[in-house]
Amino acid sequence: MTVLAPTAQSMNAMSCHICGLLVSTDYITAHSAHCPRCDARLHSRKPNSLNRTLALLIAAAIFYVPANIYPVLTLVSFGKATTNTIMGGVIELAQGGQWTIAVIVFVASVLVPIFKIVALLFLVLSVRMKKTRALRQRSVLYRFTEFVGRWSMIDIFMISILIALVKLQSIATVTAGPGAIAFAAVVIITMFAAMAFDPRLIWDVSREEDDRN
Amino acid sequence: MGEGAAIENDVMAAGYTEALVACPECDLVHSVPEIEDGEQGHCIRCGSLLYVRHRNSLDRSLAFAITGLFFFILANMFPLLTFELDGQSQSNRLIDGAIAFMDAGYWELGLVVFVASIVAPLMVLIVLISVLLPMRLNIAPTNVKVQIRLLTHLKPWAMSEIFILGIIVAFVKLSDFADVSVGLSLVAFVLMVAAVVMAYMTLDDSAIWRRLKELKA
Repeated sequence: MTVLAPTAQSMNAMSCHICGLLVSTDYITAHSAHCPRCDARLHSRKPNSLNRTLALLIAAAIFYVPANIYPVLTLVSFGKATTNTIMGGVIELAQGGQWTIAVIVFVASVLVPIFKIVALLFLVLSVRMKKTRALRQRSVLYRFTEFVGRWSMIDIFMISILIALVKLQSIATVTAGPGAIAFAAVVIITMFAAMAFDPRLIWDVSREEDDRN
Repeated sequence: MGEGAAIENDVMAAGYTEALVACPECDLVHSVPEIEDGEQGHCIRCGSLLYVRHRNSLDRSLAFAITGLFFFILANMFPLLTFELDGQSQSNRLIDGAIAFMDAGYWELGLVVFVASIVAPLMVLIVLISVLLPMRLNIAPTNVKVQIRLLTHLKPWAMSEIFILGIIVAFVKLSDFADVSVGLSLVAFVLMVAAVVMAYMTLDDSAIWRRLKELKA
Protein backbone atom coordinates (compact mmCIF):
# COMPACT_ATOMS: atom_id res chain seq x y z
CA MET A 1 0.00 0.00 0.00
CA THR A 2 1.27 3.46 -0.86
CA VAL A 3 1.16 6.22 1.72
CA LEU A 4 -0.76 9.08 0.21
CA ALA A 5 0.60 12.58 0.42
CA PRO A 6 -2.00 14.81 2.11
CA THR A 7 -3.55 17.34 -0.22
CA ALA A 8 -5.92 20.12 0.81
CA GLN A 9 -8.70 18.23 -0.93
CA SER A 10 -7.93 14.94 0.86
CA MET A 11 -8.00 16.84 4.18
CA ASN A 12 -11.43 18.26 3.40
CA ALA A 13 -9.95 21.71 3.06
CA MET A 14 -9.17 24.13 0.26
CA SER A 15 -6.61 26.84 -0.15
CA CYS A 16 -7.66 30.32 -1.17
CA HIS A 17 -6.71 30.99 -4.79
CA ILE A 18 -5.78 34.56 -3.93
CA CYS A 19 -4.05 34.55 -0.54
CA GLY A 20 -3.35 30.86 0.00
CA LEU A 21 -5.07 30.52 3.37
CA LEU A 22 -6.03 26.90 4.09
CA VAL A 23 -9.72 26.72 5.00
CA SER A 24 -11.65 23.60 6.03
CA THR A 25 -14.85 22.66 4.20
CA ASP A 26 -16.60 22.57 7.59
CA TYR A 27 -15.82 26.25 8.02
CA ILE A 28 -17.26 26.96 4.58
CA THR A 29 -20.46 25.08 5.36
CA ALA A 30 -20.79 26.85 8.70
CA HIS A 31 -19.84 30.36 7.61
CA SER A 32 -19.51 31.29 3.96
CA ALA A 33 -17.76 30.30 0.76
CA HIS A 34 -15.50 33.34 1.07
CA CYS A 35 -11.96 33.38 2.41
CA PRO A 36 -11.87 34.60 6.03
CA ARG A 37 -8.58 36.38 5.34
CA CYS A 38 -8.98 38.07 1.94
CA ASP A 39 -12.69 37.59 1.16
CA ALA A 40 -12.08 35.91 -2.22
CA ARG A 41 -14.55 33.24 -3.27
CA LEU A 42 -13.21 29.83 -2.26
CA HIS A 43 -13.16 26.78 -4.46
CA SER A 44 -11.18 23.60 -4.27
CA ARG A 45 -10.48 23.55 -8.02
CA LYS A 46 -11.06 26.23 -10.61
CA PRO A 47 -14.71 25.75 -11.67
CA ASN A 48 -15.21 23.87 -14.95
CA SER A 49 -11.51 24.25 -15.66
CA LEU A 50 -11.03 21.74 -18.50
CA ASN A 51 -14.05 22.82 -20.55
CA ARG A 52 -13.30 26.51 -20.15
CA THR A 53 -9.66 26.01 -21.11
CA LEU A 54 -10.63 23.93 -24.12
CA ALA A 55 -13.24 26.46 -25.31
CA LEU A 56 -10.72 29.31 -25.05
CA LEU A 57 -8.10 27.24 -26.90
CA ILE A 58 -10.50 26.63 -29.78
CA ALA A 59 -11.25 30.35 -29.95
CA ALA A 60 -7.53 31.15 -29.93
CA ALA A 61 -6.83 28.62 -32.68
CA ILE A 62 -9.53 30.22 -34.86
CA PHE A 63 -8.03 33.71 -34.40
CA TYR A 64 -4.56 32.29 -35.07
CA VAL A 65 -5.40 31.97 -38.80
CA PRO A 66 -6.32 35.62 -39.56
CA ALA A 67 -3.55 36.72 -37.17
CA ASN A 68 -1.02 35.18 -39.52
CA ILE A 69 -2.70 35.77 -42.88
CA TYR A 70 -3.67 39.44 -42.61
CA PRO A 71 -1.09 42.22 -42.52
CA VAL A 72 -0.30 43.75 -39.13
CA LEU A 73 1.32 46.91 -40.43
CA THR A 74 1.99 48.92 -43.57
CA LEU A 75 4.91 51.28 -43.98
CA VAL A 76 4.71 53.94 -46.66
CA SER A 77 8.08 55.60 -47.18
CA PHE A 78 8.75 58.02 -50.05
CA GLY A 79 5.73 56.65 -51.90
CA LYS A 80 6.83 53.02 -51.56
CA ALA A 81 4.51 50.81 -49.50
CA THR A 82 5.63 47.70 -47.63
CA THR A 83 2.98 45.54 -45.99
CA ASN A 84 4.00 43.01 -43.36
CA THR A 85 2.32 40.05 -41.75
CA ILE A 86 3.67 38.82 -38.41
CA MET A 87 6.03 36.40 -40.15
CA GLY A 88 6.88 39.00 -42.81
CA GLY A 89 8.11 41.34 -40.08
CA VAL A 90 10.44 38.63 -38.78
CA ILE A 91 11.80 37.91 -42.28
CA GLU A 92 12.40 41.59 -42.88
CA LEU A 93 14.39 41.90 -39.65
CA ALA A 94 16.45 38.85 -40.57
CA GLN A 95 17.12 40.17 -44.08
CA GLY A 96 18.24 43.45 -42.56
CA GLY A 97 20.84 41.49 -40.59
CA GLN A 98 19.12 42.10 -37.25
CA TRP A 99 19.39 38.48 -36.18
CA THR A 100 19.00 38.86 -32.43
CA ILE A 101 15.85 40.92 -32.73
CA ALA A 102 14.53 38.68 -35.50
CA VAL A 103 14.93 35.63 -33.26
CA ILE A 104 13.28 37.38 -30.28
CA VAL A 105 10.27 38.41 -32.41
CA PHE A 106 10.07 34.99 -34.06
CA VAL A 107 10.01 33.25 -30.68
CA ALA A 108 7.59 35.70 -29.05
CA SER A 109 5.17 36.14 -31.96
CA VAL A 110 5.30 32.90 -33.90
CA LEU A 111 6.54 30.11 -31.62
CA VAL A 112 5.01 31.13 -28.28
CA PRO A 113 1.35 31.42 -29.41
CA ILE A 114 1.35 28.06 -31.18
CA PHE A 115 3.37 26.48 -28.36
CA LYS A 116 0.83 27.74 -25.82
CA ILE A 117 -2.12 26.34 -27.73
CA VAL A 118 -0.45 22.95 -28.22
CA ALA A 119 0.89 22.74 -24.64
CA LEU A 120 -2.43 23.64 -23.00
CA LEU A 121 -4.29 21.28 -25.32
CA PHE A 122 -1.87 18.51 -24.33
CA LEU A 123 -2.38 19.33 -20.63
CA VAL A 124 -6.19 19.32 -20.93
CA LEU A 125 -6.23 16.06 -22.89
CA SER A 126 -3.70 14.31 -20.64
CA VAL A 127 -5.83 15.15 -17.59
CA ARG A 128 -8.97 14.08 -19.37
CA MET A 129 -7.41 10.76 -20.35
CA LYS A 130 -6.25 10.35 -16.74
CA LYS A 131 -2.57 10.00 -17.59
CA THR A 132 -0.41 9.39 -14.52
CA ARG A 133 3.02 9.75 -16.09
CA ALA A 134 5.35 12.75 -16.06
CA LEU A 135 3.28 14.61 -13.46
CA ARG A 136 6.05 16.92 -12.36
CA GLN A 137 7.14 17.57 -15.94
CA ARG A 138 3.58 18.55 -16.81
CA SER A 139 3.49 20.92 -13.81
CA VAL A 140 6.68 22.55 -15.07
CA LEU A 141 5.22 22.72 -18.60
CA TYR A 142 2.18 24.54 -17.22
CA ARG A 143 4.29 27.00 -15.23
CA PHE A 144 6.42 27.72 -18.27
CA THR A 145 3.37 28.17 -20.51
CA GLU A 146 1.79 30.60 -18.08
CA PHE A 147 5.03 32.55 -17.79
CA VAL A 148 5.85 32.98 -21.49
CA GLY A 149 2.35 33.82 -22.74
CA ARG A 150 2.41 37.55 -22.03
CA TRP A 151 5.61 38.07 -23.99
CA SER A 152 3.81 37.66 -27.31
CA MET A 153 2.50 41.19 -26.82
CA ILE A 154 5.87 42.56 -28.02
CA ASP A 155 4.58 42.91 -31.59
CA ILE A 156 1.42 44.75 -30.55
CA PHE A 157 3.45 47.27 -28.53
CA MET A 158 5.95 47.61 -31.37
CA ILE A 159 3.12 48.42 -33.80
CA SER A 160 1.58 50.94 -31.36
CA ILE A 161 4.93 52.73 -31.12
CA LEU A 162 5.52 52.74 -34.88
CA ILE A 163 2.08 54.14 -35.75
CA ALA A 164 2.42 56.85 -33.09
CA LEU A 165 5.94 57.79 -34.10
CA VAL A 166 6.07 57.44 -37.88
CA LYS A 167 3.56 59.90 -39.22
CA LEU A 168 5.47 62.32 -41.39
CA GLN A 169 2.77 62.78 -44.02
CA SER A 170 4.62 62.81 -47.34
CA ILE A 171 7.85 61.17 -46.18
CA ALA A 172 6.90 58.15 -44.08
CA THR A 173 3.82 56.78 -42.34
CA VAL A 174 3.04 53.51 -40.63
CA THR A 175 -0.52 52.20 -40.33
CA ALA A 176 -1.80 49.15 -38.46
CA GLY A 177 -3.43 46.24 -40.26
CA PRO A 178 -6.40 44.04 -39.29
CA GLY A 179 -4.08 41.11 -38.50
CA ALA A 180 -3.01 42.98 -35.38
CA ILE A 181 -6.49 42.68 -33.81
CA ALA A 182 -6.59 38.93 -34.45
CA PHE A 183 -3.04 38.57 -33.13
CA ALA A 184 -3.82 40.46 -29.91
CA ALA A 185 -6.93 38.30 -29.55
CA VAL A 186 -4.80 35.13 -29.75
CA VAL A 187 -2.43 36.42 -27.06
CA ILE A 188 -5.19 37.55 -24.69
CA ILE A 189 -7.42 34.51 -25.19
CA THR A 190 -4.49 32.12 -24.58
CA MET A 191 -3.64 34.08 -21.42
CA PHE A 192 -7.21 33.50 -20.22
CA ALA A 193 -6.92 29.83 -21.25
CA ALA A 194 -3.77 29.41 -19.14
CA MET A 195 -5.53 31.10 -16.21
CA ALA A 196 -8.57 28.84 -16.62
CA PHE A 197 -6.52 25.65 -16.46
CA ASP A 198 -6.10 24.28 -12.94
CA PRO A 199 -2.71 22.52 -12.62
CA ARG A 200 -3.95 20.69 -9.51
CA LEU A 201 -6.01 18.50 -11.83
CA ILE A 202 -2.77 16.97 -13.17
CA TRP A 203 -2.06 15.57 -9.70
CA ASP A 204 -5.66 14.69 -8.81
CA VAL A 205 -5.50 11.89 -11.37
CA SER A 206 -2.63 10.18 -9.53
CA ARG A 207 -4.70 10.16 -6.35
CA GLU A 208 -7.73 8.69 -8.09
CA GLU A 209 -5.51 5.96 -9.51
CA ASP A 210 -4.07 5.22 -6.05
CA ASP A 211 -7.54 5.08 -4.54
CA ARG A 212 -8.55 2.46 -7.05
CA ASN A 213 -5.57 0.20 -6.24
CA MET B 1 -2.19 7.42 7.32
CA GLY B 2 -0.90 8.62 10.74
CA GLU B 3 0.55 12.00 9.85
CA GLY B 4 -2.18 12.94 7.43
CA ALA B 5 -4.90 12.31 9.99
CA ALA B 6 -3.12 14.34 12.68
CA ILE B 7 -2.75 17.34 10.39
CA GLU B 8 -6.33 16.93 9.30
CA ASN B 9 -7.66 17.18 12.85
CA ASP B 10 -5.75 20.41 13.52
CA VAL B 11 -7.27 22.20 10.56
CA MET B 12 -10.72 20.89 11.31
CA ALA B 13 -10.60 22.28 14.83
CA ALA B 14 -9.66 25.83 13.83
CA GLY B 15 -11.69 26.18 10.62
CA TYR B 16 -8.68 27.66 8.91
CA THR B 17 -4.95 27.73 9.52
CA GLU B 18 -1.78 29.62 8.67
CA ALA B 19 0.46 26.85 9.98
CA LEU B 20 -0.10 24.80 6.83
CA VAL B 21 -0.06 25.77 3.21
CA ALA B 22 -1.37 23.85 0.21
CA CYS B 23 0.70 24.11 -2.95
CA PRO B 24 -1.22 26.41 -5.33
CA GLU B 25 -0.27 24.19 -8.27
CA CYS B 26 -0.61 20.62 -7.00
CA ASP B 27 -2.56 20.97 -3.71
CA LEU B 28 0.03 19.08 -1.61
CA VAL B 29 -0.09 20.28 1.99
CA HIS B 30 3.11 21.51 3.62
CA SER B 31 3.80 22.83 7.09
CA VAL B 32 5.20 26.36 7.12
CA PRO B 33 8.57 26.19 8.88
CA GLU B 34 10.57 29.08 10.29
CA ILE B 35 12.95 29.94 7.45
CA GLU B 36 15.77 32.44 7.29
CA ASP B 37 15.46 35.83 5.61
CA GLY B 38 16.20 35.53 1.92
CA GLU B 39 15.15 31.88 1.78
CA GLN B 40 12.33 30.40 -0.28
CA GLY B 41 10.17 27.34 0.18
CA HIS B 42 9.28 25.23 -2.85
CA CYS B 43 6.75 22.44 -3.14
CA ILE B 44 8.50 19.09 -2.68
CA ARG B 45 6.25 17.46 -5.25
CA CYS B 46 5.84 19.87 -8.18
CA GLY B 47 8.50 22.46 -7.39
CA SER B 48 6.33 25.59 -7.38
CA LEU B 49 7.21 28.50 -5.11
CA LEU B 50 5.31 28.34 -1.81
CA TYR B 51 6.74 31.13 0.32
CA VAL B 52 9.58 33.63 0.58
CA ARG B 53 11.02 35.54 3.50
CA HIS B 54 12.78 38.87 3.20
CA ARG B 55 14.24 41.14 5.82
CA ASN B 56 12.06 44.25 6.14
CA SER B 57 9.98 42.90 3.27
CA LEU B 58 7.16 45.43 3.55
CA ASP B 59 9.43 48.47 3.99
CA ARG B 60 11.64 47.52 1.07
CA SER B 61 8.72 46.78 -1.18
CA LEU B 62 7.16 50.14 -0.24
CA ALA B 63 10.41 51.96 -1.02
CA PHE B 64 10.62 50.32 -4.44
CA ALA B 65 6.94 51.04 -5.15
CA ILE B 66 7.35 54.75 -4.34
CA THR B 67 10.49 54.86 -6.52
CA GLY B 68 8.52 53.12 -9.26
CA LEU B 69 5.67 55.63 -9.07
CA PHE B 70 8.13 58.52 -9.28
CA PHE B 71 9.71 57.07 -12.42
CA PHE B 72 6.29 56.23 -13.86
CA ILE B 73 5.27 59.89 -13.62
CA LEU B 74 8.54 60.95 -15.28
CA ALA B 75 8.03 58.32 -17.98
CA ASN B 76 4.74 59.97 -18.90
CA MET B 77 6.10 63.52 -19.10
CA PHE B 78 8.78 63.34 -21.78
CA PRO B 79 9.26 61.70 -25.21
CA LEU B 80 10.11 58.00 -25.39
CA LEU B 81 11.69 58.08 -28.83
CA THR B 82 12.37 60.75 -31.43
CA PHE B 83 12.32 59.86 -35.08
CA GLU B 84 14.05 61.99 -37.71
CA LEU B 85 13.87 61.63 -41.47
CA ASP B 86 14.64 64.05 -44.26
CA GLY B 87 14.85 67.02 -41.90
CA GLN B 88 11.51 66.36 -40.22
CA SER B 89 11.13 64.88 -36.78
CA GLN B 90 8.45 63.34 -34.62
CA SER B 91 8.42 62.21 -30.98
CA ASN B 92 6.10 59.92 -29.10
CA ARG B 93 5.02 59.75 -25.47
CA LEU B 94 4.07 56.60 -23.57
CA ILE B 95 0.34 57.19 -24.05
CA ASP B 96 0.62 57.95 -27.79
CA GLY B 97 0.62 54.26 -28.79
CA ALA B 98 -2.83 53.75 -27.29
CA ILE B 99 -4.09 57.02 -28.81
CA ALA B 100 -2.72 56.15 -32.25
CA PHE B 101 -4.63 52.84 -32.26
CA MET B 102 -7.82 54.67 -31.21
CA ASP B 103 -7.34 57.29 -33.95
CA ALA B 104 -6.81 54.58 -36.55
CA GLY B 105 -10.13 52.99 -35.59
CA TYR B 106 -8.57 50.05 -33.77
CA TRP B 107 -10.15 50.94 -30.43
CA GLU B 108 -9.82 47.36 -29.11
CA LEU B 109 -6.07 47.53 -29.56
CA GLY B 110 -5.98 51.05 -28.13
CA LEU B 111 -7.74 49.77 -25.04
CA VAL B 112 -5.40 46.77 -24.70
CA VAL B 113 -2.28 48.93 -25.02
CA PHE B 114 -3.72 51.57 -22.67
CA VAL B 115 -4.47 48.97 -19.99
CA ALA B 116 -1.22 47.02 -20.38
CA SER B 117 1.16 49.97 -20.55
CA ILE B 118 -0.53 52.60 -18.37
CA VAL B 119 -3.57 51.58 -16.32
CA ALA B 120 -2.38 48.24 -14.92
CA PRO B 121 1.21 49.30 -14.10
CA LEU B 122 -0.07 52.50 -12.44
CA MET B 123 -2.76 50.65 -10.47
CA VAL B 124 -0.23 48.06 -9.27
CA LEU B 125 2.00 50.82 -7.91
CA ILE B 126 -0.90 52.72 -6.33
CA VAL B 127 -2.30 49.59 -4.67
CA LEU B 128 1.12 48.59 -3.33
CA ILE B 129 1.61 52.05 -1.85
CA SER B 130 -1.91 52.37 -0.47
CA VAL B 131 -1.54 49.02 1.31
CA LEU B 132 2.06 49.35 2.49
CA LEU B 133 2.30 53.05 3.37
CA PRO B 134 -0.45 53.11 6.04
CA MET B 135 1.02 49.95 7.59
CA ARG B 136 4.40 51.65 7.75
CA LEU B 137 2.66 54.51 9.63
CA ASN B 138 0.99 52.01 11.98
CA ILE B 139 -2.45 52.53 10.47
CA ALA B 140 -4.59 49.67 9.20
CA PRO B 141 -5.15 50.31 5.47
CA THR B 142 -8.77 50.55 4.29
CA ASN B 143 -10.33 47.95 2.00
CA VAL B 144 -7.16 45.92 2.19
CA LYS B 145 -8.89 42.67 1.15
CA VAL B 146 -10.25 44.24 -2.02
CA GLN B 147 -6.88 45.80 -2.76
CA ILE B 148 -4.94 42.54 -2.38
CA ARG B 149 -7.41 40.75 -4.67
CA LEU B 150 -7.19 43.60 -7.17
CA LEU B 151 -3.39 43.38 -7.10
CA THR B 152 -3.47 39.64 -7.86
CA HIS B 153 -5.81 40.13 -10.80
CA LEU B 154 -3.90 43.15 -12.18
CA LYS B 155 -0.43 41.61 -12.12
CA PRO B 156 -0.57 39.60 -15.38
CA TRP B 157 -1.94 42.60 -17.32
CA ALA B 158 0.77 45.04 -16.28
CA MET B 159 3.17 44.54 -19.18
CA SER B 160 5.72 47.34 -18.83
CA GLU B 161 8.68 44.98 -19.20
CA ILE B 162 7.24 43.62 -22.43
CA PHE B 163 6.54 47.16 -23.64
CA ILE B 164 10.29 47.86 -23.31
CA LEU B 165 11.05 45.01 -25.70
CA GLY B 166 8.41 46.45 -28.05
CA ILE B 167 10.27 49.77 -27.94
CA ILE B 168 13.57 48.03 -28.71
CA VAL B 169 12.09 46.19 -31.71
CA ALA B 170 10.50 49.43 -32.99
CA PHE B 171 13.84 51.21 -32.51
CA VAL B 172 15.73 48.57 -34.50
CA LYS B 173 13.16 48.55 -37.32
CA LEU B 174 13.27 52.34 -37.68
CA SER B 175 17.02 52.80 -37.38
CA ASP B 176 17.28 50.96 -40.72
CA PHE B 177 16.04 53.99 -42.61
CA ALA B 178 15.88 56.92 -40.19
CA ASP B 179 17.64 58.54 -37.24
CA VAL B 180 16.05 57.43 -34.01
CA SER B 181 17.08 58.80 -30.63
CA VAL B 182 16.15 57.79 -27.11
CA GLY B 183 14.13 60.23 -25.00
CA LEU B 184 14.30 60.94 -21.28
CA SER B 185 11.07 59.05 -20.65
CA LEU B 186 12.54 55.81 -21.97
CA VAL B 187 15.25 55.96 -19.31
CA ALA B 188 12.62 56.67 -16.64
CA PHE B 189 10.44 53.84 -17.97
CA VAL B 190 13.28 51.31 -17.76
CA LEU B 191 14.05 52.43 -14.19
CA MET B 192 10.35 52.13 -13.32
CA VAL B 193 10.29 48.53 -14.55
CA ALA B 194 13.40 47.74 -12.49
CA ALA B 195 11.74 49.26 -9.39
CA VAL B 196 8.50 47.31 -9.94
CA VAL B 197 10.40 44.05 -10.36
CA MET B 198 12.25 44.74 -7.09
CA ALA B 199 8.98 45.67 -5.34
CA TYR B 200 7.50 42.30 -6.35
CA MET B 201 10.63 40.35 -5.50
CA THR B 202 10.93 41.77 -2.00
CA LEU B 203 7.23 41.43 -1.19
CA ASP B 204 6.30 38.56 1.11
CA ASP B 205 2.49 38.28 0.98
CA SER B 206 2.24 36.50 4.32
CA ALA B 207 4.05 39.42 5.98
CA ILE B 208 1.14 41.67 4.91
CA TRP B 209 -1.37 39.46 6.71
CA ARG B 210 0.86 39.18 9.79
CA ARG B 211 1.30 42.96 9.94
CA LEU B 212 -2.46 43.48 9.54
CA LYS B 213 -3.09 41.18 12.47
CA GLU B 214 -0.63 43.17 14.60
CA LEU B 215 -2.32 46.42 13.62
CA LYS B 216 -5.77 45.13 14.43
CA ALA B 217 -4.65 43.72 17.80
